[in-house]
Amino acid sequence: MNALEIKKLFPILNQEVNGHPLVYLDSAATSQKPISVLETLQKYYEMDNSNVHRGVHTLGTRATDAYEGAREKVARFINAKSTQEIIFTRGTTTAINLVAGSYARQVCKPGDEIVITQMEHHSNLIPWQQAAKATGATLKYIPLQPDGSILLEDAEATITENTKVVAMTYVSNVLGVVNPIKEIAEIAHRKGAKISIDGAQSTPHKKVDVQDLDCDFYALSAHKMCGPTGIGALYGKKELLDNMDPIEFGGEMIDFVDLYESTWKELPWKFEGGTPIIAGAVGLGAAIDFLQEIGLDEIEVHEKKLTAYALDKMKQIDDIEIYGPLENRAGLITFNLGDVHPHDVATVLDSEGVAVRAGHHCCQPLMRWLNASATARASFYLYNTEEDADRLVEALVKTKEYFGHEIG
Amino acid sequence: MKLDDLYRRVIMDHYKNPRNRGELNDGSVTVHLNNPTCGDRISLQMEIGNGIVNDAKFTGEGCSISLASASMMTAAIKGKKFDEALKMADDFSNLMKGETPEFEYEDIEALSGVNKFPARIKCATLAWNAMRKGIEEGQEK
Ligand SMILES: Cc1ncc(COP(=O)(O)O)c(C=O)c1O
Repeated sequence: MNALEIKKLFPILNQEVNGHPLVYLDSAATSQKPISVLETLQKYYEMDNSNVHRGVHTLGTRATDAYEGAREKVARFINAKSTQEIIFTRGTTTAINLVAGSYARQVCKPGDEIVITQMEHHSNLIPWQQAAKATGATLKYIPLQPDGSILLEDAEATITENTKVVAMTYVSNVLGVVNPIKEIAEIAHRKGAKISIDGAQSTPHKKVDVQDLDCDFYALSAHKMCGPTGIGALYGKKELLDNMDPIEFGGEMIDFVDLYESTWKELPWKFEGGTPIIAGAVGLGAAIDFLQEIGLDEIEVHEKKLTAYALDKMKQIDDIEIYGPLENRAGLITFNLGDVHPHDVATVLDSEGVAVRAGHHCCQPLMRWLNASATARASFYLYNTEEDADRLVEALVKTKEYFGHEIG
Repeated sequence: MKLDDLYRRVIMDHYKNPRNRGELNDGSVTVHLNNPTCGDRISLQMEIGNGIVNDAKFTGEGCSISLASASMMTAAIKGKKFDEALKMADDFSNLMKGETPEFEYEDIEALSGVNKFPARIKCATLAWNAMRKGIEEGQEK
């Protein structure tokens, strides 16, 4: 895999920012989109646009085929058993809200438990807080190790016979921790609980097989994996989805509507009320094609190498604090540079054309655990090169000089 | 985009040596504000009476811009009447929009460069929004 060649497929990366060639290191927030995805979107609107599942006309058929074709791509991409198990949503957040708003509210009662971790993104935390409040279930946290990882024995101790749902992220968007999902799914199932996985940060970067992981639910966002914003998917095991009530009602999701009662379509459409995100789904399909052509294993290896390379150089900067494990981490590095506030770091980096994220990364409880009000984060993707990492390190050294000088 | 336009010496001085950092014993109003998108936090205490801000102190966490702005704001409003302080907050908003109002406490004008860094404007305005809120609460009492 040649990252420099891949970079050329992303028109947005070919620009200068503040007088320097752009180095985009914020793909964990959202990735950039390759030309093939952009062209697919353009072509869909130019040639095929129509509403789905309705018209008998030709465009209606084309749009429906494109939309349902995208569902097949998602199903194959994560190895779901069938397309009935793939529900298109607005993204990871909406997908998790569907599980917490429908499944958890149906099965939890007072005395039951919902188990999560303190590394969760707000979108995999607040839906469970709300579900616990609404049902009287108790929200419990698997504790974190000093490097932010979790131990199976702690999972074993926190998940009990009363646990109905375990929800956790596959990959942490702050720590880069990769959780042992398969093992925790085994623990959850042994105790009679279901497991729901936040796949926002894993799906773009590694091969995912929901049957091998044996997770019950899995959420993903297209915009972090080279696809458009506004579309994502929820995978759920068919037997669970079959027994879940929809939480959105309206057109598209109904079977028979009477004045006082209605019935729902079969899976997956009963969860897709209203005109769906057709172009978005088609764009997601194109993103999957793009990623598969390069190969998820190749992408993972590339990011691992690049992250190790960047970590090695960053560690040599005085006063830098790097969060998360040093081994077995995903392609992102969260850090603080001495007592220079991360906003100030990000502003100086931006003036050098290097885009990183600063703030709490939608993880306020995790920030409290790290004892940091905010952090800076550089995240890598398939189009980042060692030169990008070098530019980051140079800009960080410059930041230190700038603030050291200004403050001194 | 020149960094020195943003990080002027006066700003770095307020950042490193903030004025009025701490807590008031008998602060008659306390306002907690945070910036939910980035984690900046300020806790502003003002001792007010007869329509005047007699004293002001703050605690909190934030970047150089937000802390320097809080330091300058508290220094500027001490002894000021409510309407004078609120007028200053308006002037500050205008400063962030690229206008050039003058401030009796001149250090504030060093923050004019923030205007060219749109992502940082909310850092600069946090303390001023806290002050505005505190005075509104004080007026209701
Ligand atoms: C770990 C994790 N979970 C969930 C989300 C939410 O994804 P979205 O905003 O696409 O719904 C994100 C993205 O910021 C994330 O990093």
